[in-house]
Amino acid sequence: MSNQQDTYFIPEPSKWPVLFSLALFIVFCGTASMFNYYLTNGEMASFGSHLLLLGFVAVFYMFFVWFRDVIDESLSGAYNQQVDISFRWGMGWFIFSEVMFFAAFFGALFYARVYSVPWLGGEGSGAATNEFLWPAFENTWPLLLTPDMTIDGLSTKFTEIKEVIPAFGIPAINTLILLSSGATVTFAHWALKKGQRAALCWWLFATVLLGAVFIYLQGIEYVHAYHDLGLTLNSGIYGSTFFMLTGFHGFHVTMGAIMLTVILLRCIQGHFTKENHFAFEAVAWYWHFVDVVWLGLFIFVYWL
Amino acid sequence: MSDVAAHEHHHDDHDHKPTGLGRWLFSTNHKDIGTMYLVFSLIMFFVGGAMAMVIRAELFQPGLQFVDPQFFNAMTTMHALIMIFGVIMPAGVGLANWMIPIMIGAPDMALPRMNNMSFWILPFAFAMLLATFFMEGGAPNGGWTMYPPLVTQLGEGFPYLIFTVHFLGVSSIMGAINIIATVFNMRAPGMGFMQLPLFVWTWIITAFLLIASMPVLAGAVTMLLTDKYFGTSFFVAAGGGDPVMFQHIFWFFGHPEVYILILPAFGIVSQIIPTFARKPLFGYESMVYATAAIAFLSFFVWAHHMFTVGMPLAGELFFMYATMSIAVPTGVKIFNWLATMWRGSMTFETPMLFALAFVILFSIGGFSGLMLGITPADFQYHDTYFVVAHFHYVLVTGALFALMAATYFWLPKWTGHMYDETLGQAHFWLSTISVNVLFFPQHFLGLAGMPRRIPDYAVQFTEWNMISSLGGFAFGLSQLLFVWVIIKCVREGKKADEQVWEGARGLEWTLPSPPPFHSFTVPPKVDASVAHS
Repeated sequence: MSNQQDTYFIPEPSKWPVLFSLALFIVFCGTASMFNYYLTNGEMASFGSHLLLLGFVAVFYMFFVWFRDVIDESLSGAYNQQVDISFRWGMGWFIFSEVMFFAAFFGALFYARVYSVPWLGGEGSGAATNEFLWPAFENTWPLLLTPDMTIDGLSTKFTEIKEVIPAFGIPAINTLILLSSGATVTFAHWALKKGQRAALCWWLFATVLLGAVFIYLQGIEYVHAYHDLGLTLNSGIYGSTFFMLTGFHGFHVTMGAIMLTVILLRCIQGHFTKENHFAFEAVAWYWHFVDVVWLGLFIFVYWL
Repeated sequence: MSDVAAHEHHHDDHDHKPTGLGRWLFSTNHKDIGTMYLVFSLIMFFVGGAMAMVIRAELFQPGLQFVDPQFFNAMTTMHALIMIFGVIMPAGVGLANWMIPIMIGAPDMALPRMNNMSFWILPFAFAMLLATFFMEGGAPNGGWTMYPPLVTQLGEGFPYLIFTVHFLGVSSIMGAINIIATVFNMRAPGMGFMQLPLFVWTWIITAFLLIASMPVLAGAVTMLLTDKYFGTSFFVAAGGGDPVMFQHIFWFFGHPEVYILILPAFGIVSQIIPTFARKPLFGYESMVYATAAIAFLSFFVWAHHMFTVGMPLAGELFFMYATMSIAVPTGVKIFNWLATMWRGSMTFETPMLFALAFVILFSIGGFSGLMLGITPADFQYHDTYFVVAHFHYVLVTGALFALMAATYFWLPKWTGHMYDETLGQAHFWLSTISVNVLFFPQHFLGLAGMPRRIPDYAVQFTEWNMISSLGGFAFGLSQLLFVWVIIKCVREGKKADEQVWEGARGLEWTLPSPPPFHSFTVPPKVDASVAHS
């Protein structure tokens, strides 16, 4: 049943939504213009990249001022339980939409592994591409040689993969790191609910640190892949799915770490009480979400 | 910034109402935002409509008359993108904004600032999309479905197209989250789920479809982007990918999208028919379950858009049977509407006329959809004008007619004035006759083998194309009358009382017309007189 309240909370008119739309517009136009420039001139630095930078600053500023208003409202006690529940619904379904975003990329990975690569390798009824186009192509996963690399003398845009990243190296360590960070953020939550602010801050700090180590290791892995293994965005469907999934996930971890940092600062400021700390929980949800997605990545991208 | 809007009673309409341009730019009011959505979609309706007029003018005769083929293809592509993302979807969200809070007894949407952002993204996004007309390579012309490898050959407009899709996705997802939070959290005491008006029900289900499908589209176009600029090979067979993979991912979004467009229309018709039949909706619960079933099934039928593209036989069969099964819950809805009217004391004001036309003409679109859903038959119909006729019956005489019905139905509530009934009915008859002259012949053209998305055709198709074009021009002109009726209603007209329609039931009809700026400042009482079941 819905909440019964004596009064409702409705925010006053706000400048930020329309300006935020404008900021995003600048980001998109800047990026598009930069890409067009890159295609003709081979480099990114251009009017578009400057516009993009401006847009980023604007988006960052919009997040800052919008959340500042929300935090002020929350601290002044303007919110009631109904607002709290609306925020919970909002955050929950936002995370679900992110899950579906990842689903598109996992879908691409599964489609490549179950259909497109086997079909190119001659499996499936009536698929003639193998026989007529790439008779030497073999269906393997990880796919080291793309179909057009199997034709002698054909210059190809793809780079050959010497080796892929084994699951039980850095990826396994990263799995442990992210799982531990899921535990530390929960310890932080317990401390918050007991009103132990020092413990809260230290556990949260540990979580941010683990997130940062994860991103650092992921960076090392990328450098290794590019420099030593020939595993790049240009190395066919394996590199495409690998970098799209890990990259998109790494971007989310970075966002999550920034959000955790903001929450840490707010914890140090003493913004949260035992009862009223949804911002903390929202970020913790988000952190668990990137954690769970990583498990999917570890199993399907690195391991199996 | 942090005031709790002080709410006393709503005897003073103009309490707290902001003024000037800021009222619209910085709005946190569901009615103002709803109005902006509706006005925006009306404007885009004419932009997209103008493109349709170019298409029909070019197809009036065989041969190339007015535009070159590239531009013609840009017209079909942009017409589709604008009508889907700029007209039908925003109009649906606009109605949701206006009506859901006052139907469930809430003061506003749950997250009003985010609500405003959902709207303001639209003008920026469409500015970006329309700007592609002036770029090297022109506007997108590979079809709204953006299939690779054709779409990646687009010129400078390509990244703008992709980012428009991302941008609109952000807007839709925020709008959908808002609707879910509102319905689940803001209902007045006593308003249980099985007391919700059916329009609210169809919108919750639509919101779930949006949240589940829009991100998948965003993912698909992101892969197009990286394929073009970062050397990935998701859709490149030479690298181990597959162009067909894009079609699967796209239609995983695309088919739920079809129901995103039509489910709110079902909701609208389910409000209007009981009102003018003066009977409660027949089979309320079965309507709810049928809507949910349609939405659920819509995730398992996507490949019926691509029967001819190459798929294992088991896939062809599965998607055919899954598609057929959607006819069952849809049939439940049609029969419920008919049963609602059975022995009702019916009157035929404009909203009811549009709702009745919806039931009949949408069914025609539904049946041609069944024909297309039969795999072996689809091999014959695929990419012909039969498909064009099918989805225009579903989207124009379906979704759009329902939106027009909704406009006439709720315009007195929004403006406080009655619209001109004579002009409204004239608009209905002109539209209904011309739209059939426009689209019905396209069935014949398609069955005779005329391909879609092509500016020229063989001479034997000339007569039906001419008739179709004449219908098109008449339909386009008729819509000017629609705008005139709306403007006239906003400016003048008989004062509407709060009830407006004799048979209307529900909380929205307990508020004055127009409703006060903040709809319900204290939770209203919900009892049998306003609840739906």
